[in-house]
Amino acid sequence: MSFVQNFPCFSIVLCMVAGILSTPMKGKQAKNLTLVVVTLVALMSIATLGYVIGTGESYTYMMGRFPAPWGNEIRVGILEALTATVFALVMLFSLLGGMDHVFKDINESKINLYFILVDLLLSSLLAIIYTNDLFTGYVFVEINTIAACGMIMIRESGRSLIAATRYMVMSLIGSGLFLISLAMLYDITGHLLMEDAHEAMIRLTQSGQYEIPLLVIISLLTVGLAIKSGLYPFHSWMPDAYGYSTISSSSILSSLVSKSYIILLIKIFYRVIGFDTIITSKIVNVLFVFGLIGMIMGSVSAIMAKDIYKMIAYSSVAQIGYVYMGIGLATEAGMAAAIFHILTHAITKSLLFLSAKGLNDASGRKRVYPALQGAAFRNPLAGAAFAVGSLSMVGIPMLAGFISKILFATSALGSDPKKVLPTLIVLSVSTILNAVYFLHTVVRIYTPVGEPGEFKGVRIHMAVGAAAALFCLIALNFVLGLYSQPITDLIQQGIQMFA
Amino acid sequence: MSRIRDNYENSLWNRLTRWVNGETDPFKGRMEMKPLREAELKGDSVYNPDHLDQAKVDDYLDHLEKNKEMKAFRVLYCLGSIALCLLLISVLLLTVSNLPVLGDPNGPNNNLVSWRYIEDGVEEFGATNLVANMILGYRGFDTFGETCVLFIAATCVIILLRRDEEEIENTKETDWKYEPKPDAILQTVTSILVPVIFLYGFYIILNGHLSPGGGFSGGATIGAGLILYVTTFGFHKTQRFFSEKTYDMVKVGALSLYSVTMIYYFYTGANMIRNLFPLGNPGDILSAGMILPINIFVGLEVACTMYAFFALFRRGGM
Repeated sequence: MSFVQNFPCFSIVLCMVAGILSTPMKGKQAKNLTLVVVTLVALMSIATLGYVIGTGESYTYMMGRFPAPWGNEIRVGILEALTATVFALVMLFSLLGGMDHVFKDINESKINLYFILVDLLLSSLLAIIYTNDLFTGYVFVEINTIAACGMIMIRESGRSLIAATRYMVMSLIGSGLFLISLAMLYDITGHLLMEDAHEAMIRLTQSGQYEIPLLVIISLLTVGLAIKSGLYPFHSWMPDAYGYSTISSSSILSSLVSKSYIILLIKIFYRVIGFDTIITSKIVNVLFVFGLIGMIMGSVSAIMAKDIYKMIAYSSVAQIGYVYMGIGLATEAGMAAAIFHILTHAITKSLLFLSAKGLNDASGRKRVYPALQGAAFRNPLAGAAFAVGSLSMVGIPMLAGFISKILFATSALGSDPKKVLPTLIVLSVSTILNAVYFLHTVVRIYTPVGEPGEFKGVRIHMAVGAAAALFCLIALNFVLGLYSQPITDLIQQGIQMFA
Repeated sequence: MSRIRDNYENSLWNRLTRWVNGETDPFKGRMEMKPLREAELKGDSVYNPDHLDQAKVDDYLDHLEKNKEMKAFRVLYCLGSIALCLLLISVLLLTVSNLPVLGDPNGPNNNLVSWRYIEDGVEEFGATNLVANMILGYRGFDTFGETCVLFIAATCVIILLRRDEEEIENTKETDWKYEPKPDAILQTVTSILVPVIFLYGFYIILNGHLSPGGGFSGGATIGAGLILYVTTFGFHKTQRFFSEKTYDMVKVGALSLYSVTMIYYFYTGANMIRNLFPLGNPGDILSAGMILPINIFVGLEVACTMYAFFALFRRGGM
């Protein structure tokens, strides 16, 4: 067994150890430890990705002395390693980009606690990505939920407490439904390991046993994870949670936490229930419809939003809609497009949140549009970053968002004929709506402040770390936009490895 | 020539042109636009309850209560949620009635997984308590995750409730400032009971691999003992042997030793390296390899967390 194969397990446990060791530390020490750990995790994930691409096949790693189904096990394939790499990088940049705000927003004696949450959140994200066992998935979903909740409320302002409570209630309903469905799934298959459960599932579908429980399981599972990731009718917690927490938290929550649940859902669809069973159960059509509605409604709410963070948060609702629409197309190409969009959105949304904070700092910390006028001149880097992020979300060629949109459009053509037209129409309408709210903001931040006596804000220079983070995220955006072919190939190979 | 409309200023097209040219502010007049005040420029505005006009607030609440639309909405909301709950309950009941019968020997749960836990568990992990083999041995990763759930839950409660020692001293007279009143009966009973409770907790932890129990239940028992002690004798007395420093040290020590054990277990297990933990003779107190130390670590962590929850809710500090 090659040493590289240990890296996924090491990165999960390393994050947990870092969280534990941060308890007695001062804020600064905890920060340094966390940054080192996140960097290490990113490097190890890259090494793992290289290894898996080299061998061309996935491998399982025993967490302990006994093989699955008795012991625990994680599974590493191309898709897992790729998402882990992107997630770790985005986590690193989000932390760097919002670091000075973490120290400003959070009570000094509680800063180390913030980094405990970050460490454990990363460990849970990795475990959710790599897990090959349903119950392990649930345990780390729990850690993920609690950590995310803590990251919202640690700001300790009234609004963030309300947002955290809302988030907790919605998220716990989601976890509850997910747990009920797992319990029933275990009851009818007798297994928690994904492969064995899948075999039992194939036997059940062939013999036609337990049809009703199976349908209920699929719907509870999907609804539970959809609530947690904020699919359209369940999105009400999003604007407050993203709008009022410290900026690193908003960026991590919107680009990573909600995505990890979608990854878990896709994993369960492919590796436990079987994608054919999912298609015959028609749940994909439900996801498709709500994805489409989300794409429109999210954008409409974003246009109505009066503050820049809420605008970005509502735009997340629309983007989650895109992802579910891709899953709902029920083809492999659609799934690949959805996964590509998960990566795109992770990179772009963190860029948008961080640059919005930079603009907001240059405008006397006012979040409303009039105050932001001309902000790009007061903070040029943040202005450029926001413009790149916006153009990417709208879908301008050379940027990541364009590739996702074109992937969605082409995969729609290969899907069920009834779905082609709605997808294309909604895709184009949503693109126009995206353009309305993003470009409107870009125009506003690049409009010089004219009348004397109007509020002018201050010219600021960003911290080195924050500037570097913005640069790296912009670069990643271009990489994903210009070298999309190898990445989509990897995603496709990864999906084939799932089955 | 067509006539220019009277309200040309307000036509959709004109508004659009003006918006494109940047002449108008689409948000003007539609939202709060107060001149920036000093406090707002510095950061988030500060909520000040003294600025509220009580009469206005009462009026508003009164209005809310008497508003017909609100009333209708509330009624509909109630009915809707009841209907939704009933629907979910009936769906779940229907599903449960279609699930395999509990305890059926031919059911899907009765498979090779549980057989191996029962048949080979003692041999492979050395604990006569099969549940301990299962949760700390075979599925040790899940349990490590569960312990981290507890850890992170405690962290979140600390974030919400911890106050600085000065803050506790300086606040106005509130309930949580007071220590319990000395009560002879309570104190006598407590000083008899607490040692027994501690002893029993330690017994459950140390016998976790031999009999039902283990780290989680034993730790909860010890935590209950600590809570009983602190409600009787107060925080000052408890701080002599269990302060925040002790709490941090015990918790960090236990959890890091636990993680070291788990890393060793995962690494040697996956790489097929020989295990150095001797399994011993099943049934002996010193047996079962790593299960006994893990039980102790989990027990310490759970006891600390239980006490911390109580202390934080009671006083905002330990």
